[in-house]
Amino acid sequence: MMLMSTRGLTRQFAGLHAVEDVDFDLPQGQVRALIGPNGAGKTTFVGMLCGRIAPTSGTVVFDGQDISRLAAHKRINLGMAYTFQITSVFANLSVAENVALAARRRRHGGAVQDAVVRALQQVGLQDRLAQNAGDLSYGHQRLLEIAMGLAQHPRLLILDEPTQGLTDSEIAAFKALVRGLADTTTILLIEHNMSVVMETADVITVLNSGRVLAEGSPQAIHADPAVQRAYLGTGG
Amino acid sequence: MSDTAKTVALHGGLLALLFALGFLLPAYHHGNLARIMVLASYAIGYNILFGYTGLLSLGHALFFAAGMYGMGLAVQYLGLSPGPALTAGLVAGAIVAGAVGLLALRTAGVAFMIVTLMFAQAGYLTVLYFGAFTRGDEGFVLQQAQRVLWGIDLSDPVHRYFAAFALFATCLAAVLWMVHRPFGKVLIAIRENEDRARMLGYDVFAYKLAAVILSGTISAAAGAAYGLLFGYVGATFASVQYSIFPLLWVLLGGAGTVLGPFIGTLFMFYLIDLSSGITTAYMLIAGVVLVLLTLFAPQGLAGELRKRIWRGLP
Repeated sequence: MMLMSTRGLTRQFAGLHAVEDVDFDLPQGQVRALIGPNGAGKTTFVGMLCGRIAPTSGTVVFDGQDISRLAAHKRINLGMAYTFQITSVFANLSVAENVALAARRRRHGGAVQDAVVRALQQVGLQDRLAQNAGDLSYGHQRLLEIAMGLAQHPRLLILDEPTQGLTDSEIAAFKALVRGLADTTTILLIEHNMSVVMETADVITVLNSGRVLAEGSPQAIHADPAVQRAYLGTGG
Repeated sequence: MSDTAKTVALHGGLLALLFALGFLLPAYHHGNLARIMVLASYAIGYNILFGYTGLLSLGHALFFAAGMYGMGLAVQYLGLSPGPALTAGLVAGAIVAGAVGLLALRTAGVAFMIVTLMFAQAGYLTVLYFGAFTRGDEGFVLQQAQRVLWGIDLSDPVHRYFAAFALFATCLAAVLWMVHRPFGKVLIAIRENEDRARMLGYDVFAYKLAAVILSGTISAAAGAAYGLLFGYVGATFASVQYSIFPLLWVLLGGAGTVLGPFIGTLFMFYLIDLSSGITTAYMLIAGVVLVLLTLFAPQGLAGELRKRIWRGLP
């Protein structure tokens, strides 16, 4: 069953096609990686999925419902979560309160605190509950972003370059986390780190100049000559 | 001591002190403090929107005046007793705030400031236009007989002090409670990062509208109480000056702190009071002190306290 689909999704910025005529299907339970060179339209594309950016034309369907005209917060409440590419935590609130704000959309009372602790344990920030989010290192702020996504218990988790700025050991932990979530959550991952993509994704979609260039298993994408030319840069 | 215990001790301590001062202060300062507590309640209302939600309004005099005229006109022309008249003031404030919020919140940033300023000017001019009822700039006086609430004569200085105290304590406790509730946390989240709050699934517009209405209603309560306690209703209170005052008080005291509005109002009131005792150019002294404070304590007085002594200050 398709959890998220788009048909003819297009976004123009001042005449430039940032995303052009994208048909996209994401089945329930899949880990999908979205890759492509800088400026390929990845963030614009997921922005249209979760409602941050209005499409110029095309439709977005989530769980059988046309959400093309739905406000962002209503889409989130249908069971999506979006973590920002540029770290976007609430700097003057504690780490715990950041996650609690995410958890309270679905839980109330004592269950919120449980969800906060669990989400922070999942990313390894459980010792930093009381710290101000703005005082965390950049990598830890990225992890906090992920924890905020997890605490929402979304059906679809959209992660925009989650491993940017993480250390090698944190990246290894992140891979394990994504594999662990795959049973319960559908994941759409924008990622530049190819080892993360190859080890976590079931299917990869390659965007180039706003269009879908290729789609397939990690092995197939890795071997695809068009992808190699456009993105991996074999130099010939 | 836990954060909760500290919070209760600090805010409860201030209220206990203010209560005790009601018996101890000489008449002059007694009267001043009553006025300060009512104006600080106004500042508390302003702070909900400015300090906690991050929306800078330049039109709060409209809400203060809505409360004042809602109460005053109800007493003067409908012959209501102070209890129902206060309610009329509150309702007037809530309705005006709801209408202004619905329209002004379609804008953000500088445009929001300008739109609220324009609404307040329109309100001020409306008061002048209906001068036959409002008596315009001249205003009207509420007689002593019109100011007896539940058998308590509010023109009596002692009664007036404790009525102002009751208003201030209610507003302070309400805001303290609010900032510890999920609702308050969402307002702070909107102030910190509106886009992120929206992408957590919060209806940002609805929360901002609720903040405008809450802020406007508390401002109206202060306006209604001011008219009732000091027995005068006039257009000055709808002028732009009264939109700027709460901004100044909150900035000086510390935006986004529960105690800031009171500290700022107290400080500014006595700054002008004391400097006008020294020289006729008292606004010069006040101005210099304000510049110094902005330079050296940009977070306001309570904001500095939070930065230097206790990070958990609500």
